[in-house]
Amino acid sequence: MTAKVVTITSGKGGVGKTTATANIATALAATRDKVVCIDADIGLRNLDVILGLENRIVYDLVDVVEGRCRLRQAMIRDKRLPELYLIPAAQTRDKTAVSPSDMVRLCDELRNECDWILIDSPAGIERGFRNAVAPADVVVVITNPEISAVRDADRIIGLIEAEEKGPARLIINRIKAEMVKRGDMLSTEDVLELLAVDLLGVVPEDDKVLMGGNRGAPVALEERSLAGQAFRNIARRLKGEEVPFLDLMKQGGLFGRLSKLLRPGGD
Amino acid sequence: MGPKIQIKGVRDGLLVVLGEGEWPELHQTLLVTLDQRIDFFRGAKIFLDVGNQILRAVELGQLRDEISGRGLTLWGVLSNSPTTENTAQMLGLATRLSRPSAALQQRSMAAPETNLEDGEEAILVHRTLRSGYSLKYPGHVIVLGDVNPGAEVTAGGNVIVWGRLRGTVHAGAEGNDEAVVCALDLAPMQLRIAGRVAIPPQRKGKPLPEMAHLKNGQVVAEAWKTGFKLFV
Repeated sequence: MTAKVVTITSGKGGVGKTTATANIATALAATRDKVVCIDADIGLRNLDVILGLENRIVYDLVDVVEGRCRLRQAMIRDKRLPELYLIPAAQTRDKTAVSPSDMVRLCDELRNECDWILIDSPAGIERGFRNAVAPADVVVVITNPEISAVRDADRIIGLIEAEEKGPARLIINRIKAEMVKRGDMLSTEDVLELLAVDLLGVVPEDDKVLMGGNRGAPVALEERSLAGQAFRNIARRLKGEEVPFLDLMKQGGLFGRLSKLLRPGGD
Repeated sequence: MGPKIQIKGVRDGLLVVLGEGEWPELHQTLLVTLDQRIDFFRGAKIFLDVGNQILRAVELGQLRDEISGRGLTLWGVLSNSPTTENTAQMLGLATRLSRPSAALQQRSMAAPETNLEDGEEAILVHRTLRSGYSLKYPGHVIVLGDVNPGAEVTAGGNVIVWGRLRGTVHAGAEGNDEAVVCALDLAPMQLRIAGRVAIPPQRKGKPLPEMAHLKNGQVVAEAWKTGFKLFV
């Protein structure tokens, strides 16, 4: 096995990096691929919470880097999916506890043991971002359909190009079809026009995402969730499959949503 | 005795001039020099003159990290190689000193003869300038690509964008009232010509090529018409 290292980053905070990491990892692991997630947000860890693994942490990323434990000991197996592992971030340290070369070394060690390494990047463009991007084979930039998030995504894409990690792939998260229809929200086309990068997926706004995060059960496992479907499609596209994009604009009204719920997974 | 390294004070900080040699050796010597004289360098902004070295982003990025790891800042890179200059610009490093230094003057004298008039130099940038990117050039700037919001272009002469111009642009930055800004879609966040600042109104409808220039001290934008003769 030679794992592909995928880093999920955004620049701006709160656009859904951690949620996306948890869901894509879940969706990949559900197809029997072996996935290791690394939470690179040292000091502000969240991925363990979203995956519902917080209470199982014994060792973390900084323990591995500083040699207090073996890599294996820091890998927490998911409670639902046997192929999914998490290396949590340290909560009591900060980004300077790890260097970009530490991350490269760590990922090289992991490469032969799994199919995917997903790195959840912290917000910002400083050390934490550089740590997260250093080992990446593919960088996925996530943004929301709002001006400030898109502006930051543009900056991040430029930095990724400068680090020769490009071309970045894009996920647009939390799009609301009704608002786009009314012209109150940037559409997928508006975002792509500015950023001009390859689109990996569009995830609709869905209350179930938040609910799943609170319960520590990513929505990607929910057959009937539209956002879950979007994340599953993203996972398949990462694996190289051609998957058509969900037609979110069709699901506008209540009736559309209901009929969607009755036809799980149909797109 | 390894390759020689010269250190000079310049307006922006310290200019470190690397001698001739292979990059791995020069790189090592540079780090050793910095370490040996760390008290002298502490907190300094460093301009590195790398001469003819061709450096890729990996090498320059690593060096930048190593320098910042020592509490110093790699501010800019001077080079004879366009590849290296390009790399430095991609990493957001300056590629010019703000005031001509001895090294730079020597460089321009050594540059191959051109038959361009003074002030007619231009730089061609064949890519999209994204947010956070700052391009400064004393001559004209031609961009084949978009200038996104949050990117800045500052030129001593004219700015021509074959694409969408949505960032901040400053033409005639050294006071040239004759400077113009043209773009296929002229919708900058802010447009400056010489000392004038304009905030163009949001345009509705289809984009059309336009040229902005100064008319009676005001910035005006006019649609591009065939046979338009401003340069002549």
